[in-house]
Amino acid sequence: MSDLLQTLINTLALGGLYALIALGYTLVYGILRFINFAHSDIVAWGGWLAFTIASGLGFLSGAPGFAMPLVMLITMAICAAMGVTIELLAYRPLRKAPRLNVLITAIGVSLFLQNVGMNDKLFGTRPTTIVPMMPNTELFSIGKVPVRLYDVLTIVLALVLVVALERLVYRTKMGRAMRAVSFDERVASLMGINVNVVVSVTFALGSALAAAGGILFALRNDLRLTSDSTWVLLGLKAFVAAVVGGIGNVRGAAVGALLIAFVEVFVHFYITRFFSGTEWVGKLQDVYVFMILIAVLMWKPSGLFGKSTVEKV
Amino acid sequence: MDLRGWLRPKMFLLVLAALLACSKKEDGGSGPIKIGHFASMTGAQATFGISTDRAIQLAIKERNAKGGVKGRMIELKTIDDAGKQSEAATAVTRLINDYGAVAILGEVASSLSLAGGPIAQKSKIPMISPSSTNPDVTAIGDYISRVCFLDDFQGWVVAKFAFENLKAKKAAVLYDQAQAYSSALGKFFEEAWTEMGGTITVKAAYTGGNLEISSQLQQLAGSESDVIFLPGYYSDAATIIRKAREAGIKATFIGGDGWDSEELSKIAGNALDGNYFANHYSPLEDRPDVKNFVAKYKAEYKAEPDGLAALGYDAALLLFDAMERAKSLAGPDLRDAINQTKNFTGVTGTFSIDAKRNAKKSAVIIGIKDGKQTIAARIEKK
Amino acid sequence: MTHPDGPGSPRGPLAPLQDRVRAHLPNPGLAAGKSAAPFVAAIMIALLMEHAIGPAVGLTWTKILLDVGIAIVLAGSLNVVNGYAGQFSLGQAGFMLVGGYAAAWLTFYGQIHFFDICPSGVEIDITDGKMCDPSTIVVTKEAVTCALVDCFSGKGATGGFLGSGQLLFLAGCILGGIVASLFGLLVGLPSLRLRGDYLAIVTLGFGEIVRVIGQISAIQPKDPTEIKARSMTELLNNLGASEGFSQIPDYTSQGTPGAMFWVFFFAFLVLIFIYRLKYSSKGRALLAIRENEIAAEAMGVDTTRQKVVAFVFSAFFAGIGGALYAHQIQALDPKELGFQKSIDLVIIVVIGGMGSITGIVLGAAILVILPELFREFSEYRMVVYALALVVVMILRPQGIMGIQELWELSPWRKLVQRIKRRGNK
Repeated sequence: MSDLLQTLINTLALGGLYALIALGYTLVYGILRFINFAHSDIVAWGGWLAFTIASGLGFLSGAPGFAMPLVMLITMAICAAMGVTIELLAYRPLRKAPRLNVLITAIGVSLFLQNVGMNDKLFGTRPTTIVPMMPNTELFSIGKVPVRLYDVLTIVLALVLVVALERLVYRTKMGRAMRAVSFDERVASLMGINVNVVVSVTFALGSALAAAGGILFALRNDLRLTSDSTWVLLGLKAFVAAVVGGIGNVRGAAVGALLIAFVEVFVHFYITRFFSGTEWVGKLQDVYVFMILIAVLMWKPSGLFGKSTVEKV
Repeated sequence: MDLRGWLRPKMFLLVLAALLACSKKEDGGSGPIKIGHFASMTGAQATFGISTDRAIQLAIKERNAKGGVKGRMIELKTIDDAGKQSEAATAVTRLINDYGAVAILGEVASSLSLAGGPIAQKSKIPMISPSSTNPDVTAIGDYISRVCFLDDFQGWVVAKFAFENLKAKKAAVLYDQAQAYSSALGKFFEEAWTEMGGTITVKAAYTGGNLEISSQLQQLAGSESDVIFLPGYYSDAATIIRKAREAGIKATFIGGDGWDSEELSKIAGNALDGNYFANHYSPLEDRPDVKNFVAKYKAEYKAEPDGLAALGYDAALLLFDAMERAKSLAGPDLRDAINQTKNFTGVTGTFSIDAKRNAKKSAVIIGIKDGKQTIAARIEKK
Repeated sequence: MTHPDGPGSPRGPLAPLQDRVRAHLPNPGLAAGKSAAPFVAAIMIALLMEHAIGPAVGLTWTKILLDVGIAIVLAGSLNVVNGYAGQFSLGQAGFMLVGGYAAAWLTFYGQIHFFDICPSGVEIDITDGKMCDPSTIVVTKEAVTCALVDCFSGKGATGGFLGSGQLLFLAGCILGGIVASLFGLLVGLPSLRLRGDYLAIVTLGFGEIVRVIGQISAIQPKDPTEIKARSMTELLNNLGASEGFSQIPDYTSQGTPGAMFWVFFFAFLVLIFIYRLKYSSKGRALLAIRENEIAAEAMGVDTTRQKVVAFVFSAFFAGIGGALYAHQIQALDPKELGFQKSIDLVIIVVIGGMGSITGIVLGAAILVILPELFREFSEYRMVVYALALVVVMILRPQGIMGIQELWELSPWRKLVQRIKRRGNK
């Protein structure tokens, strides 16, 4: 029983993490119809910027209670600005270009962020940690299962931000504008919506969420180099979550994230236990994500919550 | 005529070919002795290469101050392989053909030694690996040797320590399935452990860098193991140990030489207390060789030398020793001198190069107590 | 080529698209020749590289040229699917790995199994369970004695030029291509209806899956006795696990006789293939799909089938590239051929020009040779590539050559026309 509970908590926490990052992908894809490959690098930079700011402010050797929220807010702001700048410089000139070109540009931006981040003048090549700023204390326990700060923080933050984003997209004027642009950009602009502003806001939001995801990830798993494949794979999984849930759909991204987390944690645990004799079963954790992706793309390409659109000539 | 496009690529290649046609440089018998070093100086494994390179440079500086080898100064060229196999092959090719090295030092990562070694072997230039622990490396040929112990020995050492010193009976293994080193070391431990009479409770895998391994940790928590062997690199190991303690795992963690880094305790914090790892040496050892080396390295680089640095230093010193003994610096003679090294004393102990061109050495088990490293045991060679 | 179009025009609204597709028609003067000619040309060029250029430039530049050759094979493979068909595949490294494994399986195990030769090139005879040097076997009434052979320490490459070893290698390369193309079929079929971005992710995922498959496989036995005892099909699972496949026989590494020959033989075959493809009806169909898939479908192109075919061919050549690579480095680490490698190949094709043969040769040459020339700046290399990608996409998205070939450039064309006119007088 305690196994089940522990697995559930782990699933929710991981799902929350994926959701935060998936939202950025789904928003950008919904509006501009391309995968922002550089998104996972904003996540990485979010984590590293938090480390840099925290160590700069001396929070890594004992920190007051407001340290984490402060660092998080500053980092989210910086990353939001980064996202907007990247869109302005690299993606906006290609707004009318074939989608393939933007994809390649996104890869270029991603590589740029990875390798610049690795430079000794920036973040360097030594892995590090931000745990000293806010250790993973045990908050309470349900029976024998300890419930710790990071898991709770991830779940709560993910929940709050997803709900907030949902309200923004469905209940505010800006949200309406975003949805309009995602339906039909030209008509939206004809209706008086400033598409450029909408796009910038989208990138800002997505990047801020990515930063939050990056900080949470860094707390849970410490910081690898910006060029490490960790970040790319994290981004990949989050993107798959967005696709599974229905790209462009906020709720879908959250559900997709939970589904992916479910398979990677829950299913993986019970399958390895069931097949405890064979070693190779446990090695499949990495591929579950792609198996789900292929399954979804083959049976319902528009995702769980998506609507299939007819492409008109 | 517009040379853009068609002529350019072909002419470019041909002109370059003509300009850079060169033959293998030979050692003339006088002038400085050229040594090549290929290492990961940039990229994700940069810290490994830089550590080794610094130690080699230190060794050369000291030796030159004492008059060099046979009266000739020693010169070093280091080429970066950025952690990629193809570049490692190019680096060794360059060192041998363009630079004219009489011997090659390198690499730390076994996969890179496996890529560079065949070229040294083909060109009949001796190569000494300071830190590659995969048995396949020296199997490449008789020009390839190493100064560190092998992974099968390392696995046995950890098993022996856990069984005899820690009196453990049940062990779990948590290894990195994406890293050859980790996977191989895990297998060797398992073999040695079961041979000694211990039982393996769980053998779980993770992919390096992806540390959302809550399900693996859950598995381990429920396994009632006395010890958990964690043969990964320090960056993963540190985080895993911390997470494991949070997950309520009480077993003792033991690692291999991949744990050796100052970042280990920085990242793991207090969770590291009470755990152990096998290593090639410890800067805390009482031997005068070690004390001298640590002092000199600290003075030069303002940092404590890790195992890789110690091995790099020993590789260089052993090479100098072999050069003194060798009939000449030609490939075959130098190779013989290296392969016949007996009872060489270095920072990492006294050892000989055996028939398979590996070094039979002892290992040190380092324990962590109150945030500080201590020497828990010294396991002699089999 | 201007035609009036609009509602009243007899040509219909799709006319501009039809014109663009027709623009890719071949220049009749350069139509591909007889079937045997390409192979002969490839062999001649390969021999030239092997016997003239190789010895002239020395070992370091041989290695670099070999790298360029392999990059041409791989970039060529990517050209078919990315360049011609306009489908964005990020999985070439996965096909490389598959092809490398298949070829290495054949050459490493096959060598011991069929020819009793060790990876080091030493001949063995398994007598009485001992690995014997065949020339030292002495049979007496009491026992068989022989001098034992250490199968691995030794002399290097296997077999002479076009000897049995090299034919095994050739078979390995082709096997690698075939197996990779089967995987290409497997990946291509479900991916048909995916748009560019999704395909990129699926192919990236495919690369990861191949890596994990490699890691799940069993370890590579190195004992010839054991290898001979098991059948080749049994050994299919023994691809080295996480340790990778090592001690692959040396066929394409610098200094090995035949290395330049094989690499450039395949490089030229790939170039000739994609050249002929470009000017064939299949190629035109692919280019039509790239320009506008819906219009192509309306014109009667079976987009589904053509895309899958492009995928399969692309995988075939990537598999051969992987085989060449595996026998050059002589070790295959599943982690080494990941999406980073796929992205490296994309960079070559994008900067050189997607859809142009000269483009990919140029791209391969520049992106392999330049880093060697500028070693001091290696730390900034990736940053430069990254910026180059972005800048190229914004300023000149068709890459250096675009979709044109060198012989389509106007000065060259004018020269050819002038020669023709003089000939006609």
